Amino acid sequence: MGIIDILYDNFHYLVACLLFLIGFHTMLTHSNLIKKIMGMNIMDTAVFLLFISSGFVRGGKAPIVGPGTEGPYVNPIPSALILTGIVIAVSITAFALSLIVTLYKQYGTLDADKIAELRTKER
Amino acid sequence: MRGRLALLLVLFIGYALILTVAEMPLFGEPGNPADNMVSHRYLESSVQDTGAVNVVAAIILDYRAYDTLGEATVLFTAISATTAAIVAAKSRGQKT
Amino acid sequence: MNDMVVQIITRILIPFIEVFAVYVIFHGHISPGGSFSGGAILGASFVLATLVFGTARFNRKFGHMVSQLVESVGGSWYILVGLFGILAGANFLTNKLAGFGMGRPGYLFSAGAIPVITIGLGLKVGSTMVTLFHGLIEEEENHGDH
Repeated sequence: MGIIDILYDNFHYLVACLLFLIGFHTMLTHSNLIKKIMGMNIMDTAVFLLFISSGFVRGGKAPIVGPGTEGPYVNPIPSALILTGIVIAVSITAFALSLIVTLYKQYGTLDADKIAELRTKER
Repeated sequence: MRGRLALLLVLFIGYALILTVAEMPLFGEPGNPADNMVSHRYLESSVQDTGAVNVVAAIILDYRAYDTLGEATVLFTAISATTAAIVAAKSRGQKT
Repeated sequence: MNDMVVQIITRILIPFIEVFAVYVIFHGHISPGGSFSGGAILGASFVLATLVFGTARFNRKFGHMVSQLVESVGGSWYILVGLFGILAGANFLTNKLAGFGMGRPGYLFSAGAIPVITIGLGLKVGSTMVTLFHGLIEEEENHGDH
């Protein structure tokens, strides 16, 4: 089985990697702080997608084990763990946004480079 | 300059990630390492253990309820920190 | 937003969103969903009301104290249900061994402590969304004044 076939079968993981790279590139190249937060959220989503898709079982249904249901179920543990991750992502986003509001009040700009310049001038 | 350096770094990391994906177990295969006895145990005995039909609810609120308590604590801490940062900004704005 | 169409549509829509949120929270143990998703939907309905009717009119109905009270009570409720397990002679946060009624699996009144915790946690998550959003948006409005 060639490497192309494996990559084709694992394309969910590849999409997660692509999302991660998009978020990373956004965080590196933009100096606007709000855009940095957006890039961080895209990276979060990529990690969640990778984790959730690692729990899929072919032909599986949602893990609701009623009396009448049968057959393979998808793995419930990644879903349960990623719930924690989503909550933490929301908390970190809210805290970062509140810090950005504080910074904007202090310096009057959202640009990270300009804030660094103003800080050196202050000193 | 900065953009080109960032693109180079991103391409390097992307190459490493693609090599990792090529080594990973196949997507959706029933016997891959994530599909181990822990999840089978949860799927088989969650109805007798907890009475909940939804296995995810049984995991987050019964088997690993302590984890969810930590999660609620994280939410509470986020609210406290956000309110503190904003109130600090407000009082500083009034002084100057 | 002072658009009449948006206001009337929102007034019609909000009760349905809240009923759906309560449905998701109450059926957390027998269908997909649960406290976090239901709480997020509940918070989204309040956020929609704030966006359309403005913070001043919203705060008259649902002030900061109410939000903080719901938040604290939801968090403490979780710990109280956990302490009930110790009172009954089992570990912290046990469900079946602490003597909660199991009921018939697949029905609304089943699964012992899980729906009890879910209600408190759903209210807590909803009020958390409201508080976070209000903290940010009120700061923005105050900044625009001077």
